[in-house]
Formats: sequence, C-alpha cells, structure tokens
Amino acid sequence: MNIYAIKAIYKFEMARTWRTLMQSIASPIISTSLYFVVFGAAIGSRMGEIEGVNYGAFIIPGLIMLSLMTESISNASFGIYLPKFSGTIFEVLSAPVSYIEILIGYVGAAATKSVILGVLILVTARLFVPYDIEHPFWMFGFLILTAITFSLFGFIIGIWADGFEKLQIIPLMIVTPLTFLGGTFYSIKMLPPIWQTITLFNPVVYLVSCFRWSFYGVADVNVVVSFGMTVLFLVICIGIVWWIFKTGYKLKN
Amino acid sequence: MQPIISVQNLNKTYASGLKALSNINLEIHEGEIFALLGPNGAGKTTLISIICGIVNPTEGTVLADGHDILSDYRAARTKIGLVPQELTTDVFESVIATMNFSRGLFGKPPNPDYIEKVLRDLSLWEKKDAKIITLSGGMKRRVLIAKALSHEPKILFLDEPSAGVDVELRRDMWEMVRKLREDGVTIILTTHYIEEAEEMADRVGVINHGEIVLVEEKAQLMQKLGKKQIRLELLHSLEAIPETLSKHPLRLSSDGKELVYTYDTRSDETGITVLLKNLSEHGIDFRDLHTRESTLEEIFVSLVTKKK
Ligand SMILES: Nc1ncnc2c1ncn2[C@@H]1O[C@H](COP(=O)(O)OP(=O)(O)OP(=O)(O)O)[C@@H](O)[C@H]1O
Ligand SMILES: [Mg+2]
Repeated sequence: MNIYAIKAIYKFEMARTWRTLMQSIASPIISTSLYFVVFGAAIGSRMGEIEGVNYGAFIIPGLIMLSLMTESISNASFGIYLPKFSGTIFEVLSAPVSYIEILIGYVGAAATKSVILGVLILVTARLFVPYDIEHPFWMFGFLILTAITFSLFGFIIGIWADGFEKLQIIPLMIVTPLTFLGGTFYSIKMLPPIWQTITLFNPVVYLVSCFRWSFYGVADVNVVVSFGMTVLFLVICIGIVWWIFKTGYKLKN
Repeated sequence: MQPIISVQNLNKTYASGLKALSNINLEIHEGEIFALLGPNGAGKTTLISIICGIVNPTEGTVLADGHDILSDYRAARTKIGLVPQELTTDVFESVIATMNFSRGLFGKPPNPDYIEKVLRDLSLWEKKDAKIITLSGGMKRRVLIAKALSHEPKILFLDEPSAGVDVELRRDMWEMVRKLREDGVTIILTTHYIEEAEEMADRVGVINHGEIVLVEEKAQLMQKLGKKQIRLELLHSLEAIPETLSKHPLRLSSDGKELVYTYDTRSDETGITVLLKNLSEHGIDFRDLHTRESTLEEIFVSLVTKKK
C-alpha cells in the first residue's frame, strides 16, 4: 500500500473543500435550513403527525439524505473530473499508485466531506425542530454507508463525464427527482397503492426509509430489505469502478 | 551494462485508429542525456507517455531500470519523473503544497530539506508560498520540473523543455540538466531543434512518423546533420561542370542555371574561398548567392533514404 499517496490525494481533496468552503459546506446547510423553515416550521405546523412523528421532525432524515446524496455525487465527481479536465491527472496516472489507492483517496475525501456536512445539517436542524435518534449507531452507519456509496457513484460520473453539462445532468435529471419522489417529504404509505408499488423501484426510497427508521423506529419498507438494497447499490458501483480501472476507460488512451 | 530503459517492439494505435508508434526499439543508457528529436506529431509525447504509464501500449514491452512498466509498475514508476509538454498544474495550490503532494504521490515520506534544495536550485524558494496561478509561464515550467524531481527519480523525462521559455531560462535549464546528470540522473528530453539536441545530448534518437529513424552518438549525427548549401545563380547557364572543378562537391541544377555547393559547417576548411576563386578563374559569373541549412524535414528524408 502506498499510504503516502493515499494521504496526499486525501489531503489535496480536503484542502479543496476548505478552499471552497462556501460552496461545499455553507451552501447546502443554508438551503437545507430553508427547507426546515418552510416545510418544518411554516407548513409543518399545519400538517399534523405522520406515523406518530411530528412533520418537522419527520422530514429531517430525508433532507439529510438529500444533501448527503447530492453532495457526495458532486464532491466526488468534481474531484476526479477537474484533474481530468485540467490535465493534472497525468501525475496521478504516472505515479506508483494502484487504483484502489486512488479510489480510497478521492472517494474517501468526498465521503468525509459529506459526513461532516450531514452531521452539520443534523445539528442545524436542532435549531428548528426537536427530534430524537432511537438508533444512533445505525444512524451513523447509514450516514457513512450512503456517503461512500454515492461518492463512488459520483466518482463514476466524474470519469464518464467529458463536459460540465454531463457532470450536472445525472444529479439534476435523475438523483434530485428520485429523491423528491423517494419519500423525503412524505411517507410512501400516503400514496395510492399503485404508486406505492411503482415507488419501490426507486432506490432512494430504501435509503430514506432505512435512515428514518434509525431516527424514529418507523419505516416505509422493511429495514433489512432497505439495508440490502443500499449494499447492493454499493456493490454495483464498486463493480463499475473495477471495470473502469481494469480497462482504463476514459482515463488512459 | 543493462540499459536503464529498454523499449522492445512497441506499437501504439490510438482508439481513433491512428498509428502513432510503429515497432519502436530503443535502449537508453544509465546516466546519459538522450534527446528524442522529431517534428510535430512524430510520436515523441506518445512514446514518453507510454513509458510513464499515462498511455496504454498496444503491443510491446518496456522495462524501466529492469522493471516491466505494466506488471511491475510500482517499482518502475518510482524511478521516473516526468515534466509534461503542457503547463498543467493545480493553479490554486501553493508551490510548496504541490511539491509535497507530488512527493507523497510517489510514495516518499516527507523530506522538507530535500524539497527546499530542489526549490532553491530552481530559484523557486522565494515563491514557495505563492499560488501557482500567480506565477509566470517560465516559473510554472520550473514548478513542473521541481514536482518531477520531488521524489528523487533516477530517470527524468523532459517533454519539450524549451517550449515557451526565454533564452536565459533555457540556459539555466540546460545547466540544471547537466547538474542532474552529474548526480547520476538519466535524462530523456524531446525537442524539435537540432541545436538543442546538439547542445545537450550525449546521444540523439531521431523519430518521424512514429518510427525511430536512427539513434546515434551526437558527434556522428551532427556530422550528418551539419550540412549547409550554397546556391549560386549563374549569369550564363552551363552545360556541365568543368572538369577542373570536379574536386569540389558541386552539383548542377537540371536547367543548368544553378550550381549547388554542399559543405560541412563544422570542418575548419569549408572550401568556400577556394571554390569562389576557382569559379572566377574559369570565368563563371553568378548573379546571386544563397546559403541555407537543411531543414529538419530534409534531414529526415535524407536519413531515411540513406538507410534504404
Ligand atoms: N489521445 C490521442 N488520440 C488520438 N490520437 C492522438 C492522441 N494523442 C496523440 N495523437 C496522435 O498521435 C500522433 C503522435 O502525437 P504525439 O503527441 O506523440 O507527437 P509529438 O511528437 O509529441 O508531437 P509534438 O512535437 O507536436 O508535441 C499525432 O498524429 C497525434 O495527432
Ligand atoms: Mg509532444
């Protein structure tokens, strides 16, 4: 293991975060706070409870997931896209590092940022609504698992993208809609039966459901199934990354 | 002695179908300065990129310090430093941060003293905390050289080190390259310029259209390359070159209006004075006179045809 290389990449990526603090940490916190103000405090007070949970508190896990997913993807995809775009990737490719090490450096840094962000949002939420965490250990576990999974997914997008539009299109066209339709702001049990079934094809449902369970002990879908689906998605991402590295896809001519 | 780099039957065809390298065989000796001389698009960068692991070879093997660059890439790459042709740096980083990054990437523990030495040697120490974006082009190139040296490589590739560099910096760079060689670093540089190859290299490899045309000691090559021509536009065209002038390497153009004299710029005796004297003795008058050096392209053509 080239530990120095992992550290170098990780440090470099974290330095980029602090340099762009506004963009990478402050802006997601501000936008999530707005959700809490609008949905939690203003509208939430008239919504009543969902499955025994106050509406303001009910949306917290979903909102954290929303930020976690979008930020993991954007952090990781930018992290690998920028050196590809500027040409500085040559140095990483010419260094005595294995792909695993490159991956740990980039994805590790992206996931770290997302976890920090998730925790900050959790703390911020406290300012707006009271909530409990029933299974803090699992909560933290899901947080990390999701951050890693979606950072991997972002890494794949960053390698695939050959322009800034492509970098944005998947988060914008797929991830955001799936998140909004994935039970962030409501319980899928509130939907008509046919839509409940369709919704089960949305992977985000499992993530949000799983995560909400760790807070309040209530879930839309069986927790074990949810957990399994998240791990499955992680495994698929790892498989794709493995193939990318094996073939040098879009990295080497 | 085992060559420090050994390239065997290397071929590269890009995904576009373009064959950039065909059947390259090349050996670089330890401790030498090797210049890879060739025109635009010859395949210099492609060859270097393959050795450094940035481009995948289509066929063939490369050993660096005895290590296969694919199966034993860690050992091979640790030995190699690369200064790329393009000025690609992380512009928002400081010089010292980017140096530490490079050293770490190549698996070396931090060594502030060594980093300081490299930066001082390249007159970058005062700029160590400056963001790279604030540096001039010449300084950026030096930063790239410093980065390539940050992990104490045994082999250094310089891809067109003199592109966009002024005369003074070029001289400094040559100076630095020589110093590195004294420290035992093997240097491979690419260039378009014969003069640069001549100034710097111990051996020169000429590459054109993806093929190594020849590899020779500089002195021998320069003899072949250092030819100049004088073209004399005659006032009255000639049928043939007079017998008495045959001791001169002269050629008459097909229309008989021009005499072409080829000579070696390097020899003490170019024979020009004698030629001109003899011409006037024979009453051969000329209207005008041009001299020109053979262009790189002509040299390639002549080298290739000579080989066949
Ligand atoms: N990524 C690529 N995809 C397809 N063709 C490429 C690629 N990179 C280089 N080529 C082609 O390969 C050939 C060799 O290019 P290369 O960059 O190796 O030449 P070079 O000798 O370094 O030229 P220069 O002196 O201009 O830097 C050129 O015809 C070039 O167009
Ligand atoms: Mg080139």
